[in-house]
Amino acid sequence: MRGRPLLYASYEAEQRILPTTTQRVAMGILFVILILLPFKFVPGLQFLGSAGWMRILDEALIILIGALGLNILTGLAGQVSLGHAFFMGIGAYTTAVLGGESTEALWGLGLPMWISIPAAGIVAAVLGIIVAPTAVRVRGLYLAIVTLGLVFIGQHIFRNWNQVTGVPELGREVAPFELALWSTDGPKIDFSMDGDWFGIFLEREGKAFLFLLVVVTLFVLLAKNLARTRIGRSFAAIRDRDIAAEVMGVGEVRAKTQAFAISSFYAGVAGGLLGMFLGGVQPEAWNLFLSVEFVAIVLIGGAGTVAGTVLGTVFVVTLPRIVENFTAVLAEQIATDGLFAPLANLIVTQGPGDFGFLSLAAQGPGLSVFQANNVLYGLLIAAFLIFEPLGLFGIWIRIRNYWKGWPFTY
Amino acid sequence: MIVLLAQFEAPSALDTFIAKLIDGLALGAIYALLALGFVIIFKATQVLNFAHGAIAAAGAYLVAYTATILNIPGRWFPDLYIGLQWTISVIIGTLAAAVVGMVIERLFIRPMIGQPLFSIAIITIGLDIVIRTIVDDYLGLGANLGVGSPWELLSTSNISGIIIPHSYVWTIGVAVVVVAAMAWFFRTRLGVAMRATAFDQEAAMAQGISAARIFAISWAIGAALAAIGGVFASVTPRGFGVNSGTAFTAFRAFPAIIIGGLDSIVGAVVGGFIVGLAEIMAGHYLAQWTQSLGVGFTGVVPYLLMLLVLLVRPYGLFGTEEIRRV
Repeated sequence: MRGRPLLYASYEAEQRILPTTTQRVAMGILFVILILLPFKFVPGLQFLGSAGWMRILDEALIILIGALGLNILTGLAGQVSLGHAFFMGIGAYTTAVLGGESTEALWGLGLPMWISIPAAGIVAAVLGIIVAPTAVRVRGLYLAIVTLGLVFIGQHIFRNWNQVTGVPELGREVAPFELALWSTDGPKIDFSMDGDWFGIFLEREGKAFLFLLVVVTLFVLLAKNLARTRIGRSFAAIRDRDIAAEVMGVGEVRAKTQAFAISSFYAGVAGGLLGMFLGGVQPEAWNLFLSVEFVAIVLIGGAGTVAGTVLGTVFVVTLPRIVENFTAVLAEQIATDGLFAPLANLIVTQGPGDFGFLSLAAQGPGLSVFQANNVLYGLLIAAFLIFEPLGLFGIWIRIRNYWKGWPFTY
Repeated sequence: MIVLLAQFEAPSALDTFIAKLIDGLALGAIYALLALGFVIIFKATQVLNFAHGAIAAAGAYLVAYTATILNIPGRWFPDLYIGLQWTISVIIGTLAAAVVGMVIERLFIRPMIGQPLFSIAIITIGLDIVIRTIVDDYLGLGANLGVGSPWELLSTSNISGIIIPHSYVWTIGVAVVVVAAMAWFFRTRLGVAMRATAFDQEAAMAQGISAARIFAISWAIGAALAAIGGVFASVTPRGFGVNSGTAFTAFRAFPAIIIGGLDSIVGAVVGGFIVGLAEIMAGHYLAQWTQSLGVGFTGVVPYLLMLLVLLVRPYGLFGTEEIRRV
């Protein structure tokens, strides 16, 4: 079958997660590169092994888990949800209560991670099942606003339930980011301290990266596999035509409830891990814009595809960092009077009266770097969907088809 | 001495109720204005405009900028009655907001015709981030820009013990006038064209109506209504000038839209008043349970109300039920 990637001789071949040898080899190489990244072994990519970049990639991996969940709900089952941040918050606070330290003002049980993280997913999933009946009744854009309401109600609860969520504005510490058998005194793998692994020095971000990589691989495989199970196919049937699906015996209520439960499970796990990774969380963190970030990831990546979700996550999470680097380059160009200094001078404002809109100082006229990040982020989301409604995955398909048909255009 | 005491007597339950009723109606009027603009945009272009709050803040900022910083038309006609000056400033700022709405429609929404509705909704979220950041930048960190208040908006009247801020009365008055104007507009030639486009684009175009023009006009009207809502949301004592929180007022107008029904003009107005009243009444009458309900409970009341209404009527009170055929 070599050279005929679309020719399938058996159902098993068609249902495979990685159907072609090329894909298997490419995935293998990618995986090896990812494992070697924190050890700074990969030539040309050593900079990604630095603590700063590792931190961003860690966050990307955690966000990816949540995004995979939303992709199941939105991409596979066709239910638009803006409430993902709420379920992430639930996950984070479940982890905090189960894994955190107990103090006078805070609840905490001090359980190890292998209990608290799955529990975070399960509690979020149960809440997803509770919410689902409302969501089953309303459709389309109504559902988007209902789930939007969920975020605001959730924030209210998070802000007021201080035994769980800590001091208002400050939040609470979640749980130590370490893998222990039972108590933190026993043998454990600590992800919050630098240390040696296999005789090689690793920063804590690198250790966390390797751990998260394992978790994410598991969740990616689960998500990939879900699409070809009975449940996943029932989701797709509901998405494509709910009435036709019901005629064929796929229960709408059942499928939507399952979709909410699975998606919330992913969100809960992601929330728990994010809380552990960041150390402390504030109630304000689980706001509408986190939800929007997830929807943006799914849409920018390409709804319904796991590969697209991965691309979308990398794009959305690293975007602020890239913008930051861009402004740093601008500042350097002006300071050293480099090749692009005239261009940089046009963009950066030195005071009122010039055309610049970007200010490198924190105060004063012009957008600060943080604000410029926001503006660029918003514009890129808008521009992306205007120019490529199918998302990054659509671009990939176009490139692939170009080379597949080369030298012909079709 | 007795007279003095009488003045400081606690207001009776009925007096409090009436005062809160007016308060709630005024807040409802703001929500109704925001919801009305939102629904007009949704009906005409099928776009769920998440940037509505940002447009409201931008509009309020434009009005405040015209009225207090640029001082138009006061700088040319200083002798003009100050209330009239402010009215003109509001009209200029609102028109500027309408232009912003049209620009958004032309640049970001027009290319997306025919694309999935939710992609367009996410574009408006991107725009919301952009517009809000720019408005925040112009305002400065944590700053307030007063919108000006020459219609004696700041003062209050004491009608037999009931204290009524003038701004509330003006808010309700302006909202009623605007809603009436919109009702009249939908009977004009252009309004009928707009309704026809909302009902069936192709059929409308076959009758010689330019759908593109209708789209632009509906965004202009929506943005203008948002600006007016934003101005009155920023007037003391409701809000203390335009600030970074102004945009979030519109997020509480979302439940109003859903309660009324996404595609119902009447529903938007009714929903707005329901939500406004519920928020104020809950804030007053449930205040004793703050301990158990939590601080800031009033902000959640609209959403809880929305969930309740949706459980009973999934398409809102006045929304058209989607007919599903096999």
